[in-house]
Amino acid sequence: MKNKISWLAAPYVIWMALIVVAPIIMVVIYAFTTAQGGITLDNFARMGTYTVIFTRSFQLALVATIICLLLGYPLAYVMAKEGPGFQRIAMVLIMLPMWVNFLLRTYAWMAILENNGILNNFFEAIGLFDLINGIFGTDLTYFRMIRTQGAVVLGMVYNYLPFMVLPIYSVIIKLDHSLLEAARDLGANSALVFRKVIFPLSLPGVLSGVTMVFVPSVSTFAISRMLGGNNQMLLGNLIEQQFLGGAYNPYLGSAIALVMMVIVIVCMVVMNHFGEGEEQAVML
Amino acid sequence: MKKITALTLACSLALGLFLSGCAMEESASGSSSYNFTAGSGSTAGNNSSSTESGKREVNVCSWGEYIDESLIYKFEEETGIKVNYNTAPSNEELYSLLQSGGVNYDVIVPSDYMIARLISEDMLQPLDYSKIPNYEKIDEQYKGLSFDPNNEYTVPYTWGTLGIIYNTTMVNEPITSWEVMFSDEYAGNILLIDNSRDAFGMALYYLGYDVNTTDEAQIREAAQLVADAKARGVYDGQGMDEVFQIMEGGNLAIATYYAGDFLSMHENNPDLAFCVPEEGSNWFVDAMCILKNAKNVDEAHEWINFIASTDSNLANMDYIWYASPNAEALEKYPAYYEETYGEPLDQELYEIMAAPKDVLARCSMYENLPAETLALYNDLWIELGI
Amino acid sequence: MKQYRIGSRFYMALIFLFLYAPILLLVVFSFNNANSNVVWQGFSLRWYEELFRDRQVMGAVYNTLLVSVLATAISTVVGTFTAVGLFGMRRRFRDPVLTVNNIPIMNADIVTGVALCIFFVTAIAVWNGMIVDGWNGFVTYLEENFRRTLPRMAEMKMGFTTLLLAHISFDIPYVILNVLPKLRQMDRSLIDAAQDLGCTWMGAFWKVVVPEIKPGIVSGALIAFTMSVDDFVISYFTAGSASTLSIQIYGMVRKRVSPELNAVSTLLFGVVLVLLIIINVRESRQEKRLSARK
Repeated sequence: MKNKISWLAAPYVIWMALIVVAPIIMVVIYAFTTAQGGITLDNFARMGTYTVIFTRSFQLALVATIICLLLGYPLAYVMAKEGPGFQRIAMVLIMLPMWVNFLLRTYAWMAILENNGILNNFFEAIGLFDLINGIFGTDLTYFRMIRTQGAVVLGMVYNYLPFMVLPIYSVIIKLDHSLLEAARDLGANSALVFRKVIFPLSLPGVLSGVTMVFVPSVSTFAISRMLGGNNQMLLGNLIEQQFLGGAYNPYLGSAIALVMMVIVIVCMVVMNHFGEGEEQAVML
Repeated sequence: MKKITALTLACSLALGLFLSGCAMEESASGSSSYNFTAGSGSTAGNNSSSTESGKREVNVCSWGEYIDESLIYKFEEETGIKVNYNTAPSNEELYSLLQSGGVNYDVIVPSDYMIARLISEDMLQPLDYSKIPNYEKIDEQYKGLSFDPNNEYTVPYTWGTLGIIYNTTMVNEPITSWEVMFSDEYAGNILLIDNSRDAFGMALYYLGYDVNTTDEAQIREAAQLVADAKARGVYDGQGMDEVFQIMEGGNLAIATYYAGDFLSMHENNPDLAFCVPEEGSNWFVDAMCILKNAKNVDEAHEWINFIASTDSNLANMDYIWYASPNAEALEKYPAYYEETYGEPLDQELYEIMAAPKDVLARCSMYENLPAETLALYNDLWIELGI
Repeated sequence: MKQYRIGSRFYMALIFLFLYAPILLLVVFSFNNANSNVVWQGFSLRWYEELFRDRQVMGAVYNTLLVSVLATAISTVVGTFTAVGLFGMRRRFRDPVLTVNNIPIMNADIVTGVALCIFFVTAIAVWNGMIVDGWNGFVTYLEENFRRTLPRMAEMKMGFTTLLLAHISFDIPYVILNVLPKLRQMDRSLIDAAQDLGCTWMGAFWKVVVPEIKPGIVSGALIAFTMSVDDFVISYFTAGSASTLSIQIYGMVRKRVSPELNAVSTLLFGVVLVLLIIINVRESRQEKRLSARK
């Protein structure tokens, strides 16, 4: 019977070969070809020019991931300590923003952060600028927030924070309470319990959260476009440019995407070496 | 179980929304078919049904907010031809879409230099002007231009100028020169236009070079001028259509953009002013063309003829604020405006929309550049972006 | 302890303020009388009226919901059966399949989108070049030589179909990942018992397996639906001439987003909120009843 059941997966295996594996193979092929169809390494040779963009993207994504972890871990932790009813509401509250299109939410941030936007208007109204100008003798009428790298990081943190909280929460909530009690009985204070028991055990959740924040952050093009003022390209913008932007060059675009993918996979493998999570995506 | 009911509820709600959408459709257009879905798709159903089934349709791709939508309904009603109206964000993105081969448009509305490129790459088909009687009404001034010297492929749609838009409350004196884009006077308060042709173009004008130059040294000098200004922090950001919110909201003082778009910004923020710099600037024509592999050639001609009519041009001009190449429409517009809104059209605004001869005299048109110059533009632009 | 609790609640409140401030802004300005996201000019419902009159936006909403519902339905069915199949598979075969299954989830959206874009363009070119041209040539031949005609085939292009395929491809993995753990938790002897009692395999599947794994199926479907509705990047690269709400918004974001879109999001958000409240209230009531019985 066992073998008969397993045939149920056969259609999906064929589907994956077609729609998941074949496209990726095509990206690899494209990366090594020219528009005329010849095989070439030129696409990779040009990568040197883009080193700055690679570094910048990985830096910003790393910063966003760290901030997400610093904000998200405590949140998941205190949520897991609440009663079941409260927990359920908190969960819903974290999932709910996803139902408002992320572009619109980011657009709302544009209105908040603009030079003449809501936040600056608010500071103006409470007299913050007058105060600062009075003290420092400056001539400040607004804080420059939008079209900076800080705004891009804020957009990433805002959009991807739930992806950090959910996996960590779902791991903490499943922790075996007898372990914690045992640790306490053996004389560990709560800080020690956290450091020696809870944190190591929640590591799979952290790793999966880090992945789920880092990968979309490093490859975003909408957030940098909307909040970054297009001043400095990120990897996502560079790739998008090659496919749907001015410089139509899918071969170069594929090569950049491929290099990005390889770097990300290497990061994942190295990271997962430290903690082992059998099932990567523990979303819920 | 309850979650299942919830799901069902959600689905039925989705269905409800969809049905109400369709109901709206019918009451709005008066026709019973779900025809026009702009920028978009639900054409899915239409695509799969073959064109052989007697239904006539035309696939149009234009820019966002670049047509008075009621014209589409009017055309559908008059001719029974279904219009699948799509939009692309820019000439370059349109070109990428066409290259990728994933779309099958009949009519497109690219700008001059892109038309030249499409013609040189054999992507357009010659028009049958006997089917476009309204072509006669197009002013001679917009015919035989460099992108289509023999009038074979195009029917002009709009024209206009590129200039500096500034907020009068945020600058010290009226702006008349490109110099402001490269000096430190308003550093950090300027938006740089986000395409290589216009950005380097304004530097070329400022330096007094030919904007269509192929001289590498001149282009490099212009690019360097922009790059230096960017490095000194003159520009707060780069943007194309972002300019609307930024300038309307009074967030930055100065930007470079097109006259027609300035007028729609001016409607929302009367503090804004526009100038065509004294060193000269770009004037452009967007024109309708039919793609070589178009499937609905007859319908495409009908559409082009309809849009080229005086009435359509008046409606379009009123809606999008870009000047019309139709001489009759352009002349009639002030009267049309007064009739529609009950107040005379500001002559100054009219002259911004339809630049008078003396302004046009200092403007020039972009021509398609040879491949190596385009590559140079591209490389310099990417360097700037890094 | 009490201080800790106040502190933790305060922290949560801060984070939720951060998450909801932009949404609140969106909702508030959907009722604004002016075409602005910054300046408030009085309450009005005009954007809601204009929304229902706007065929462009309604078309995009319709597309978004249709593609999400279809993709969710198809992926839920396919994903559930596949999970059952994987469950019965030997580990040696199952592990590689699961690894590939993870690709659409773990891969950067833009890479998935770009890969599918290249793939669809090529596949469509091949299809149009061989099948459609071949068939239409055959029809022409019939017409010219035998005066008989057959319906011609239309050329494919990127559009709703490719969009749907793309959505299914990233939805199925979520369903599988949610169903598989439930299958593992299930007591296998239950199936054997049912079959011993005379159930067919199918009967056992419907009566025993499905009720056991239902929570997994439901949460998988919900996640798939959410992902579909929220997706922008993959749709952007695979939609061709079709448009979803996200694509529509991205087109507008550069110019100026019409408050109509605030209105449509407020409606969607409101509906989901109400549904979730109803589900939660009923669930917690049931739980109370259960604990009271104990």
